[in-house]
Amino acid sequence: MSEFTLRLRRYDPESGAAPYWEEHTVDLEPHRSVLEAILQARARFDGSIGIRCSCRAAICGSCGVRVNGKPDLACHTHLDEAHKHSRDGVIEVEPMGNMPIIKDLIVDMEAVHWKKIQRVTPWLIAKQPVPEREYVVPKETMIDVTQSMACIQCGACVSDCLSMEVDPEFIGPAALAKAYRFVGDPRDDQHFERLQDLAEDPHGIYDCTHCFACIDACPKGVAPMSQIMRLRRLAGSDHGIVDANNGARHEEAFVSLVRRYGLLNEAELLPRSYGGDSPLAKFKPSAQKELVSSLPAIGKALLRRKVTPAALLKPHKLAHSDLQQIKKIYETVEGREERFELNPYITGYDEELEGADAAPAASSVGGDGQPSAEHGQPGQTPGGSPAR
Amino acid sequence: MPAHDVLIIGAGLAGQRAALAAAEAEASVAILSKVHPVRSHSVAAAGGINAAIAIDDDWTEHAYDTVKGSDYLGDQDAIEIMCSEAPKEAMHLEHIGVTFHRDDKGELDLRAFGGASKKRTAYVADITGQAILHVLYEQLMRFHETVDRYEEWFATSLVLDDDGHCAGAVARDIRTGAMEIFNAKSVILASGGNGQCYKPTTNALICTGDGIAQAYEAGAPLMDMEMVQYHPTTLAENGFLITEGARGEGAHLLNSERRRFMEDYAPSKMELASRDVVSRAEQTEINEGRGVGPDGQGIYLDVTVVPRKRVLESLREIVNIGRDFAGTDITREPIMIRPGQHYIMGGVKTDVDGQTPVAGLYAAGEVACVSVHGGNRLGANSLLDTLIFGRRSGEHAAARARSMAMPHAAASRLREDVEQIASIIGRDRGGRRISEIKDELGATMNEYVAVYRDEQGLTKALEIVRRLQDESSGAYIDDRGTVFNQDVLGAIELGYMLTCAEATVVAAIERKESRGAQFRTDYPERNDADWLKHIDITRGEDGSPQISDSPVTITQWEPEERKY
Repeated sequence: MSEFTLRLRRYDPESGAAPYWEEHTVDLEPHRSVLEAILQARARFDGSIGIRCSCRAAICGSCGVRVNGKPDLACHTHLDEAHKHSRDGVIEVEPMGNMPIIKDLIVDMEAVHWKKIQRVTPWLIAKQPVPEREYVVPKETMIDVTQSMACIQCGACVSDCLSMEVDPEFIGPAALAKAYRFVGDPRDDQHFERLQDLAEDPHGIYDCTHCFACIDACPKGVAPMSQIMRLRRLAGSDHGIVDANNGARHEEAFVSLVRRYGLLNEAELLPRSYGGDSPLAKFKPSAQKELVSSLPAIGKALLRRKVTPAALLKPHKLAHSDLQQIKKIYETVEGREERFELNPYITGYDEELEGADAAPAASSVGGDGQPSAEHGQPGQTPGGSPAR
Repeated sequence: MPAHDVLIIGAGLAGQRAALAAAEAEASVAILSKVHPVRSHSVAAAGGINAAIAIDDDWTEHAYDTVKGSDYLGDQDAIEIMCSEAPKEAMHLEHIGVTFHRDDKGELDLRAFGGASKKRTAYVADITGQAILHVLYEQLMRFHETVDRYEEWFATSLVLDDDGHCAGAVARDIRTGAMEIFNAKSVILASGGNGQCYKPTTNALICTGDGIAQAYEAGAPLMDMEMVQYHPTTLAENGFLITEGARGEGAHLLNSERRRFMEDYAPSKMELASRDVVSRAEQTEINEGRGVGPDGQGIYLDVTVVPRKRVLESLREIVNIGRDFAGTDITREPIMIRPGQHYIMGGVKTDVDGQTPVAGLYAAGEVACVSVHGGNRLGANSLLDTLIFGRRSGEHAAARARSMAMPHAAASRLREDVEQIASIIGRDRGGRRISEIKDELGATMNEYVAVYRDEQGLTKALEIVRRLQDESSGAYIDDRGTVFNQDVLGAIELGYMLTCAEATVVAAIERKESRGAQFRTDYPERNDADWLKHIDITRGEDGSPQISDSPVTITQWEPEERKY
């Protein structure tokens, strides 16, 4: 047994008082969960501590909270880990973000999370005719969608979604992961319609900023952002959906500029995102309109020396040898017969990363100056490092 | 006052399936649950759902396995219905979107499970319950115009009309504290079991026997309450469930000699004998000093013999549980488990359409006892039970509604419940805390009403339960508020748990033989001559449990010796 001190965010909506912090010290073994600690505090000291909880085993999704500022399930966070990551030795527990607080650690999931789930037509629209027995579908497809089926609707990803903080209308990581569950399901009849709907919605798939917060937050390995990226690839590359939000064009411009220059060329990115993937895009009315409306931002960027007038006219470009390396990455990725999707249910990949025997992806992009491991790594070409 | 043809209390698999079936039969439906539907404990069902869908399988074989698994206490008419309707139900689930895993041909894959003579268990990795529950909830969202959902409402009592027919229920909106009568032509209880009477248990904190106690209170009999399943593989550390799917995929059980001891107990089925048999074998190994771990109270479950890729795609949840809750990588080393409370075979006595002897009151799922599980439930039959009898209850209640007027639900019950809650909140500080009483109940049940039982221990348990009942009536709470007052609900739940526990202990004392999950060391043999019957418990005038019995329905399988 060890002692752990919790600092709980309390809020009683009936008191008229503002939220406050309250500390309780509990006795538990270090590998017990933060939820057990809260329940012990509730059992011993104060029965009025409000938290939703049920299964204690990270499957019901009730106890989403923030522990030391990070979203997780209270039952899925060990006390010793939480203690280690605490600011001052006291484990801080507060309600999730992006959702209104009802009482103590209980938030209004209905008002935000479930509303968004309902936005994505969250049920199978079955292909007709319905067979007498089961739909015969490839084995891999069902294992594939298991990753998004594994979502327990805890709201941890919604809690810390940065895009949602800026745009509360953003459909968000949980609901979009749910959408992939249907788009990836070969029994569903409306893949195109679903994708078009989510691409054309200004708060849809292109509203995500790739910040990875939802992947970090998810206690079940659903990797919502990865599901959003898969929806984009399906929408843009496979179904050729060019949306009115310029999301697909923006991605296309990104890819072709990096292919050409090895680096992003911001001066070209904006016009191409709006006018299409061509050097002439800036002369198209749609791009010019956007350029004019962006003048204040461009002016600010110049003033703050984020860009120089020279760079606007003459884009920076990698040295030839480095550019060749970039090209090879493109060739490798585009040369694959099938698109590689990182789905741990199929690859077991995330386990390997944690294992003792080398972490392929991590070491080749390691920013700590360590040389990459000698043995062959995926994506690494012999003879010269692509890292700058 | 909201009024519906059918009111369903509980929104796990049985409740949601009942709601969808009743709505499809064009009844007006309300479904009410103390937690959001996807938090229901059905979410934790891991391994799968049994259905004889393989070409070489037949529902009668499934039925026979179930009868044998029940130690012949299951009612065979009900078992026949469940098993014969299973394939259609599994296909229905598949058609509405459950992502059952496929074989190489793209057809439903089936895995082996305990007590089954064939591979018969359809599954979604090891999150089958979660997948089905979430898909049913998708359907509830789809039919939101025909099914009214009352999420986070806590039912406090059933309401009877002057004729003693069920006319609705009283419930409290947890978020606001508002109390209301829900008038209904029929009420379907689908609020789950009472596993929280035990500590440790695989069951969620919400499994407090609310519906069992409410039905008992309303005069409905409880049946087979002595039959409490101990699951063979719960985490030694904290009682969390490790799915039987692990053994279905080939994992071994090992004792301290690193030997597959099941060869001594069930030489042909080995680890896949029925759960009561495996749990007893484990407990015997532990009692005879061949347990593992620092206190010798564990058994090893060795999953490393299952190919790693297979584990990662089909047993992923227990990989997570091993890693997060026991610090064990189950793909590389054995994990320590032991038998732990898992399921209540007994419950509110119903017929094959979910009807209880109280007119207008139905029950389905773990809250109910049809009885399809008898003395011991087979793995992957509980999901099936919830869905088949949930659907049948919903259909029957909807049909019943067509031929009757809305019954009268008197407001007096609402007033009583409002007053009762006010009186709990107003209790003086003194006496014991709710949590202390609950802990003592859990420890008592786990010590005396577990895998092995005897008269002396059971009598002691009954004394303790009755003392706790007294103590609970004065136990105080801290929360005086109305918004999300979980404290006062905890006090009410404690009362429900004590009611269930009392019925369990009384029935276990009554049954003087060993059958299924009830193993009496003082009566170690099965005794068909005297005890091939159900024990029914009804609430007497003075509130004490009254014991009676009812016959077991036998259609085509005469009792024989059980060997695995």
